[in-house]
Amino acid sequence: MRTIVWASLDTLIAIGGNYRARHVLLVLAGLLMLADLYLMLMVAPTDSVLGQVQRIFYFHVPIAVMSFLAFFVVFLASVVFLVRRSPVWDRLAHASAEVGVVFVTLALITGVIWARPIWNTWWTWEPRLTTTLILWLIYVAYLMIRSYAPSRPQAQIYAAVVGIVGFVDVPIVYYSVIWWRSIHPSPVVGPLAGDGALNSTMFAVLLFSFLTFLVFFTYLVAERMAIMDSEDRLRQVRLSLRRSQGQT
Amino acid sequence: MSPAKADRAVRVQGLEKSFGDWPVLWDLDLTLDWGQLLVLAGPNGSGKTTLLRILSTQVKPDFGAVSIAGFDLKRQPNQVRRCVGVVGHNTFLHSDLTCLENLVFYGRLFRLQNPGKTALEVLAQVGLEHRAGHRVRTLSNGMQRRVSLARALLHDPLLLLLDEPEVGLDGPSVAMLGELITRWTGLGRSIVMTTHNLELVKSWPGSQGHLDNGKVRIGEDRPSAVEETGPGL
Amino acid sequence: MTAFFQPILVLLWKDILLEVRSKDLVISVGVFGLLVAVIFNFALNVSPQQITSLAPGILWVAYSFAGVLAMNRTFMREREQGGLEGLLLTPVSRDAIFLGKAMASFSFMLLVEVVLLPVFAVLLGFSILSWTLAVTIVLATLGFAVVGTLFSAIAVQTRSRELMLPVLFFPVILPVIIGAVQLTTVAVGGEISVGLNRWLPLLGIFDALFLVICPWVFSVVTEE
Repeated sequence: MRTIVWASLDTLIAIGGNYRARHVLLVLAGLLMLADLYLMLMVAPTDSVLGQVQRIFYFHVPIAVMSFLAFFVVFLASVVFLVRRSPVWDRLAHASAEVGVVFVTLALITGVIWARPIWNTWWTWEPRLTTTLILWLIYVAYLMIRSYAPSRPQAQIYAAVVGIVGFVDVPIVYYSVIWWRSIHPSPVVGPLAGDGALNSTMFAVLLFSFLTFLVFFTYLVAERMAIMDSEDRLRQVRLSLRRSQGQT
Repeated sequence: MSPAKADRAVRVQGLEKSFGDWPVLWDLDLTLDWGQLLVLAGPNGSGKTTLLRILSTQVKPDFGAVSIAGFDLKRQPNQVRRCVGVVGHNTFLHSDLTCLENLVFYGRLFRLQNPGKTALEVLAQVGLEHRAGHRVRTLSNGMQRRVSLARALLHDPLLLLLDEPEVGLDGPSVAMLGELITRWTGLGRSIVMTTHNLELVKSWPGSQGHLDNGKVRIGEDRPSAVEETGPGL
Repeated sequence: MTAFFQPILVLLWKDILLEVRSKDLVISVGVFGLLVAVIFNFALNVSPQQITSLAPGILWVAYSFAGVLAMNRTFMREREQGGLEGLLLTPVSRDAIFLGKAMASFSFMLLVEVVLLPVFAVLLGFSILSWTLAVTIVLATLGFAVVGTLFSAIAVQTRSRELMLPVLFFPVILPVIIGAVQLTTVAVGGEISVGLNRWLPLLGIFDALFLVICPWVFSVVTEE
């Protein structure tokens, strides 16, 4: 398990440093996304109880899960950064946090759209929704501390600290919110799901959606890391130029 | 502390520090022997304060090896902190505590055997023993700077790092500072200080270094008029 | 062992002495906490029947807002004249500096809370004689102080520091606030969905977890 986690992080970093690999991923993500759209709109059967609006679920669930994955990556990369201090791990944490915040925002928006017709309210303080909102707050603070820190090394360190403390806090937040309001609808997929919530076609489409968004997530993080890498190099060039000009 | 004495007071090799994409110090080498005073000059923004803050463990260098009294800055920061006494732009004093309370507080953190007695001794060295019971808030700026100097001497450091120590001091206090520095180097201890007032330090024993282009050039005579007209940052 | 605890006590003593001299922290924070409670009373128009359901919430909103203010103050105090810089120049371990500052924040907040509690009890009309409430206040305040000290150390270094502390602090501390409100509800005789046996361990786990993590990351935060 541990080796799988580290190997996938290393792969992510390697893709970030490889122009060709990123392009392959971009094309793949695009094709998968088109196929996924076709599957979720045309192939998946209409839910007998919830109706057409249930289709947003193929978008909502994968993107929410990917944002949790993103914050897990932020946590791991932050720990490694604090131990090894190599900039590539900081770039991974930063890129993953940015993509994670975008994804978690989309998950919240699609969640609200789903809640309106199904639960007849835009927002309910349901545990998973509430936890997601708190996640959003924590990682927006993460991005804020990066831009408000007085210097780059400080920005990297402070962000890593928030990335670690924030993630450690997530399970505690989750349980506290569950115990606070124990009226949550049971999950539709996953270990806690009841039988018969999804038929097999629906389940297959959902799996395909997961794959699509995983590839898309990987591409976004890799691309963002590549841009940050270019920025760092540019900074180095500017630094050595200023040195050679004797400008201080 | 005696085994450390075998090594140089300060040894810096290939030091590099930049703030964002602004280079401050690079390819900087510097050695200082025991009993030496090094006076650093240079225009605003040339990195004098940054160099002192690196030597005092307050700022981490980007690259390069620094050792103080034989202790490696990166691996033995607490040993380095025991060896250096720092006077910075801030006094590090709490204005609602008395001079004595401030010094005893720091003395305890440095684990002195008898912090109260030592505090009074260093206050006497800066001529402020009669103010020991006064709150720092009630002291003039110059006096606060002198208490700050006493704070730096408290733990009997091997190396003093003084960032523009003469600022805000009146004539007699500056003379006192000169005496103190002369006595200090006479004891075989070393000092690195920065200043904008090169006239002042001419009478003091020691070498002059000029910070320019991220590096320290020792013993280059530059007319002091040029010092103040460097490009500001 | 004494070598580790001695600087913590020295730091705590210094902060207490400073507070005894100036008294600005405890008084201003206490008045602020009282104001929050008064404003909530008007905003919610609490009737005697609602006391058990609303009073715990008002109490902890007041405590947590006052707590953020107190923590901002303790670190701002170190910032003037470079007190924190001076501390970092001493060979004291960074863990000890963290614990010293956290203990100081803990003591000040606890003092403010203990002073405010009878006032709140009178204003909101609930009984304060409860072991559950006492334990809750101690555990929750410890969590506040530990997490708050770490984030204060970060926030004072940033631009817009008064803003950064609550933005970092509140999302992370939320479980403690929820737990404290639930336990206080029990203490004043209200009903909650899940019992004591879960909330007290939750607060305990939170405190223990962050007492381990925060000193470590604090030493990293103060490197530069």
